[in-house]
Parts: sequence; structure tokens; C-alpha cells
Amino acid sequence: MDFTFDPDLEEIRTGVRDLCSKFPGEYWRALEPSTYPSEFVDALTQDGWLAALIPEQYGGAGLTMTAASVIMEEINASGCNSGACHAQMYTMGTILRHGSDEQKQHYLPKIASGELRLQAFGVTEPTAGSDTTKISTFAEKRADGSWLVNGQKIWTSRAEHSDLMLLLARTTPADQVEKRTDGISTFIVDMKAALTAGTMTIRPIKTLMNHATTEVFLDGVELPAEALVGVEGQGFKAILGGMNAERILIAAECIGDSRWFIEKAAAYSNEREVFGRKIGANQGVQFPIARAYAAMEAANLMRYKAAWLYEQGQAHGSEANMAKLLASEASWAAANACLDTHGGFGFAEEYDIERKFRETRLYSVAPVSNNLVLAFLGQNVLGMPRSY
Amino acid sequence: MSDNRRPGVPDGLDSLIMKIAVCVKQVPEATGQRKIDPSSKRLDRSGEGALNQYDVNAVEEALRIKEANGDQGEVVLISLGPESALDAMRKGLAMGADRAVLVSDAAAAGSDLVATSYALAQALARESADLILFGQQSNDSDGALLWAAVADRLKLPVISQAAELTIAGGKARAKRQTEFGYDVVEATLPAVVAVSDAINEPRYPSLKGIMGAKKKPQDILSLADIGAETGRAGEAGSRTEVLTLNAPPSRGSSQKIEDDGSAAEQILAFLVERKLV
Ligand SMILES: Cc1cc2nc3c(=O)[nH]c(=O)nc-3n(C[C@H](O)[C@H](O)[C@H](O)COP(=O)(O)OP(=O)(O)OC[C@H]3O[C@@H](n4cnc5c(N)ncnc54)[C@H](O)[C@@H]3O)c2cc1C
Ligand SMILES: Cc1cc2nc3c(=O)[nH]c(=O)nc-3n(C[C@H](O)[C@H](O)[C@H](O)COP(=O)(O)OP(=O)(O)OC[C@H]3O[C@@H](n4cnc5c(N)ncnc54)[C@H](O)[C@@H]3O)c2cc1C
Repeated sequence: MDFTFDPDLEEIRTGVRDLCSKFPGEYWRALEPSTYPSEFVDALTQDGWLAALIPEQYGGAGLTMTAASVIMEEINASGCNSGACHAQMYTMGTILRHGSDEQKQHYLPKIASGELRLQAFGVTEPTAGSDTTKISTFAEKRADGSWLVNGQKIWTSRAEHSDLMLLLARTTPADQVEKRTDGISTFIVDMKAALTAGTMTIRPIKTLMNHATTEVFLDGVELPAEALVGVEGQGFKAILGGMNAERILIAAECIGDSRWFIEKAAAYSNEREVFGRKIGANQGVQFPIARAYAAMEAANLMRYKAAWLYEQGQAHGSEANMAKLLASEASWAAANACLDTHGGFGFAEEYDIERKFRETRLYSVAPVSNNLVLAFLGQNVLGMPRSY
Repeated sequence: MSDNRRPGVPDGLDSLIMKIAVCVKQVPEATGQRKIDPSSKRLDRSGEGALNQYDVNAVEEALRIKEANGDQGEVVLISLGPESALDAMRKGLAMGADRAVLVSDAAAAGSDLVATSYALAQALARESADLILFGQQSNDSDGALLWAAVADRLKLPVISQAAELTIAGGKARAKRQTEFGYDVVEATLPAVVAVSDAINEPRYPSLKGIMGAKKKPQDILSLADIGAETGRAGEAGSRTEVLTLNAPPSRGSSQKIEDDGSAAEQILAFLVERKLV
């Protein structure tokens, strides 16, 4: 293992922190409950941060997964929220890996410059839930090769702030395929065109935190033949690779959140005096913070391992999932320790703790529920009986 | 001064293609505790380094002048320091400066103001820039003197505390902050200008800038490379010697009064108790 300090990563951290310093707690508080942080996302886009994973030949920075994850980590460690924009960084991965040359030439440079936003990922459906193979949104192939899509997606985040959507739809009914993961395809959807045609409707969903999530109705959305990404019927596998990248990046966000909570908690415990001593001297205050710190450091090792395997082109599915599991648990432990340490003050908006607390809670459930990660490890890695 | 007027530049914009040198210093990260190495009596510079904050303003100002000139000309960063100072200089390159020149030499260690100004003046003489920018002062040793010493060695006019800078007609015109307002001072180019932090709001480097910075020319020069005599730099060339170093005296016990409505009375009681009123 090589844990040498990397000055390149440090430069990225400093750069992100500099940018984030222009978006302090006041900025985020003013957006509550549901205003999208457009200025923040624009600043990140303009300065190229969201194009980190796009190869240089398409106008991106061509950074490694490790470096990209450092960007996300630093955003969240600065008190900002990458949830508003992380998808712009990784959703294009499906086009990069499975798209045709024409699709790459057409989309990637525009995504890199920010001219096109591809940050809506339509996978989850109300009835299928975590069982993605049960999705019922259906794309019917017409005689001329074009597609007609009908169905409904839920929790499609940032749909109102995206030009394109990566859509997962059945193209062969589940009862006509051998494996239930077959017969699903991936499409790139021009949302602006569908909205104009009146075949797509987006309805925002109010949630615990400011996340711009929506439900999307597709009522006869027409897609040209070129909208298909990769091989027809093999879309499920195509998006899995992208999902692993997403999990590594989300793990890094949770590490960033943990750092933010732990720093805040430790500082306050050194400052606040009750009963004539610093509250941090009480082990009931000190130990949860120290424990969260240990959990964060351990999760961080898994995050770097997953990123490394990804970069080596080796299998990284279970590591990416474990990183997300461990990091979301660490950030939740850190969030609770931070809130407890601040006593009543932690609940006041102006401390930003309650906001970050709500924001980091999401990652135990999305993009995949931690239970499903455990179920995956139990049955696919350890060979125990199946629950899904 | 390079006097090549550019064709096609709109009237009103000064059409000089300028070469701007910016003297920058690597200082310990502002958040870190400053430590003095007791044996050498020098600042412990082993930790992470950052670009001196005033110098970030100076780099920003240089870039704005270049951009206002249709992005023509050159911005060169000059520093004297250990090799690790290149890391800090790279931030200036990431902001948009064109190249970096670092004078780094074991024989330059321990330079005081006299020795530092000598080495920098030698390095600057090789560049013959039209404009030399400094930060007003450094965050670590706070001398606020170097620009004056360098200007004197180069026999160039100097303007300090510049809170606004305009380059036009071969002249630098600056607003200087004063206690009661400001002075407007003009100097013929080439000139030295030390900027205050009121002069601009520096940009932060973009990802492209950071990636691009690695590919920009970064020269490390020895004292011999800049034609400096070793005896005039470093400890050998220094005219001052640090004899002792002491921590600042503590402020004594202080008491914080939270105003719950009785603050005035409490302050009065405090003063009465000490027979101050
Ligand atoms: C704010 C927000 C944003 C989101 N953004 C997106 C997005 O942009 N795109 C997108 O496609 N989706 C998005 N999602 C959806 C998210 O990925 C799903 O909510 C998540 O995968 C869980 O699915 P579900 O809500 O249907 O829960 P269900 O599948 O209904 O699960 C309910 C509970 O049952 C448990 N459970 C189910 N099966 C098992 C099992 N076999 N073993 C043990 N436990 C089990 C789950 O762990 C969970 O606790 C978002 C969700 C939220 C809340
Ligand atoms: C009595 C005394 C003894 C000292 N002894 C030592 C010693 O033993 N060892 C030691 O390392 N230092 C020593 N120093 C500090 C060293 O002399 C200063 O770094 C140098 O004189 C610059 O002064 P300053 O940092 O206060 O610059 P200031 O005058 O505050 O800086 C103004 C501007 O000058 C420019 N600048 C400053 N330093 C550099 C640089 N190195 N390269 C390029 N541009 C620069 C920047 O633009 C900066 O904003 C000593 C200083 C004094 C006063």
C-alpha cells in the first residue's frame, strides 16, 4: 500500500476549497427548503470541476476516479452539498463506456463545457423500488427504428435542472427474457424536446432536505433510433458500471461530511464550558466523536481501495458498495455526535448542523439502500441464501 | 520597456504589450501555528506552504492588466525560496500567470532584507519587465519593505499601498490608501508597485488552470544563474543578525462581559474597583 502524500490531490483540494469559500452557510440556508443552488453549480461547471472524469480529448480534465472523488469530498467537507451536481460528473460514464463514437463526439464536449447538463438518471420506479429488474417503463421499437416510451420514474433528482436524462426502460417484457436483467435498455433522452412536445411531465417532490428530486411521467415520449446507448437489451449491465462510480463518489461525499461534522464537534467541545469544564473532557462527549473519526478513517481506506481497483480496471463492485456503506454509516455517526455535542444549539439553523444532518442522512438510503449492499455482500460474495 | 504597439487594439485601451513580473513569497499556511526554529532562529517552513495573500492580489492585478490588453503580454512570477516554494507558485500559474522563476540556492538560506532584495533585484534585472508588482507585505515576517529595497537597487520608481492601479500612456497611476483618504500617484514605466488587498478580489484557480499549471515553464535558478555573488546573498550577505526571539507578552487575564442589560453597570464597577474613575 502506498499512502504517500500526493501534491496533485492537495492542489485539487485547495482549488475546491477556494471555490466553496464563496458559498458559505448563509448561502445554503437561504436556499432552504427547495431552491436549487444554481450559482454554486454554475461556478463548479464554469471552472471545469464537474468535467473531471471526461477525457481530455472531449474537453474534460481526464482525472482519475481518486481525484474526482477528492473534488466531491472537499465540496462536502467545506459545508457545501454535492448532491446538487454530483450526477453531472458521473452520469456521462455510461455514454463514455457504452456509447457510439457519434454519441461521444456529440454529447461529451457539450457536457464538459456545461452547455448540456446530463444530471438526471431515471432508474427508480414507484412499484419496482430496489428491484430494478421489475421496472415497467417500456420503450417500444417502431418500424423505422425509433422508440416510443411510456411509464413513470420516481426520485429522478435534478430533472428540472437537466437537459438530458439517462433513462432505463424495458425493451422486451420480463416474461420473454431468459434472465430478468436482460431486455432492459439505456437511452439518452432530450428532456427539453419531450417537455416541449408535452409527452413528459415533471413533478417536484418535497423532501427532508433540499435535493430537487422529482417524479417524471413519460406519456408517449418519442426517441430517435440514435437515443439508444449501447446494445439493446443489455442496458442493465451498462448502467451497473456507472453505478459503481457513483458509489465511490458518494462514499467520498460522506467522508467529506464526516470531516465537517467531526471538525465542528471537536472544536465546539474544546470551547463550550459547562459545570466548570470543557464539555469535551467528558468521555460521553469525546468518545462518540473519536469513534466517528475512526469509522471515517476506516471507510476512507475502502473508498481509496475501490477507486484504485476502478482505475486498474479490476473488479470493484463489492468495494465500491462497501465504501458507500461504511462511509454513510460513518457520516451518520459523525452527524449524530456533532448534533449531540452542540446540545440545543445544534438544532438552530444558523449552525448548519441540522442542514448537513439532513443532507447526509440520504446516503444510507440512496443511491442504494445499505440493506441492499448487505444483501449483496451476503448472497453474492459470501454465498448465503438470497433475499433478492 | 518593449515599445511594440499592437495593431487593431481599440482606442482608449493602452496598446502596450506588457511584461509584468510579480514577486511572490511562499508563507506557512495561515491556519497553521507559526513556529520558530530555536537553533537557526528562522521561521520553521517545513509545513504546508501557501502563496502570501497579498501576493495573490498582486497576481490577480497582473492578470487583469494583461487581460485588459487583449490577453497579450506576459506575467512572470519571481520568488526566492526553497524548492518547495514552487508548490505555492503553482497557484499563481493556476490562476493564469505564464511562467515561474524560482531562485533557490543553499547559499541563499537565511537571507535578510538586504540579501533578499539583492537576489531578487538580480533575478528581476534578467527579465526587464515593464511593471514589477509586489504584495504590500508578507503574512509571515510582515516586513513591508522589500519592494522599496528592490526598487532602490533597480533604480526604479516605486508606489506602495496601491488600492487601485491604472496603466496608460506608459505610466502607472495608483490610488494609495492613507489614513484620511487616498493619494493619487503616477510613475513612469518601468516601475515597481506594491499592492494592498483592497485592490481587487482575486479569482480562484479553475480545474483547467490547475491542470494547465503543471505544463507551464517553471525554472529553478541558482545564484550563479542570475549572476549573483554568493557572498552577497544568504547569511553571508545579510547585514542583520537575529540575537534572541521571545514570545509576545501575554495580555494578562481578561474578562468578557455578556450584555444581559447590566453590562454598563458591570463595566462601571470594574473601573471603580480599580479607581479608574
Ligand atoms: C432524495 C432522493 C433522491 C433520489 N435520486 C434518485 C435518482 O436521481 N435516480 C434514481 O433512479 N433514484 C433515485 N432515488 C431512489 C433511491 O435510489 C431509492 O429510494 C433507493 O434505491 C431505495 O428504493 P425504494 O425507495 O424503492 O425502497 P424499497 O426498495 O421500497 O425499500 C424499502 C426498504 O426495504 C428494504 N429492503 C428491500 N428489499 C430488501 C432486501 N432484499 N433485504 C433487506 N432489505 C430490503 C430497503 O433496504 C428499504 O429499507 C432517490 C431517492 C431519494 C430519497
Ligand atoms: C532582522 C531580520 C532577520 C531575518 N532573518 C532571517 C533568517 O535568518 N532567515 C530567513 O529565512 N528569513 C529571515 N528574515 C526574513 C527575510 O529577510 C524576509 O523574508 C525578507 O526580507 C522579505 O521580507 P518580508 O517577508 O518581511 O517581506 P515584505 O517586505 O513584507 O514583503 C513584501 C512583498 O515582497 C515580496 N516578497 C517577499 N519575500 C519574497 C521572496 N522571498 N521572493 C519573492 N518575493 C518576495 C512579496 O511580494 C511580498 O508581498 C529576517 C528578517 C529580518 C527583518
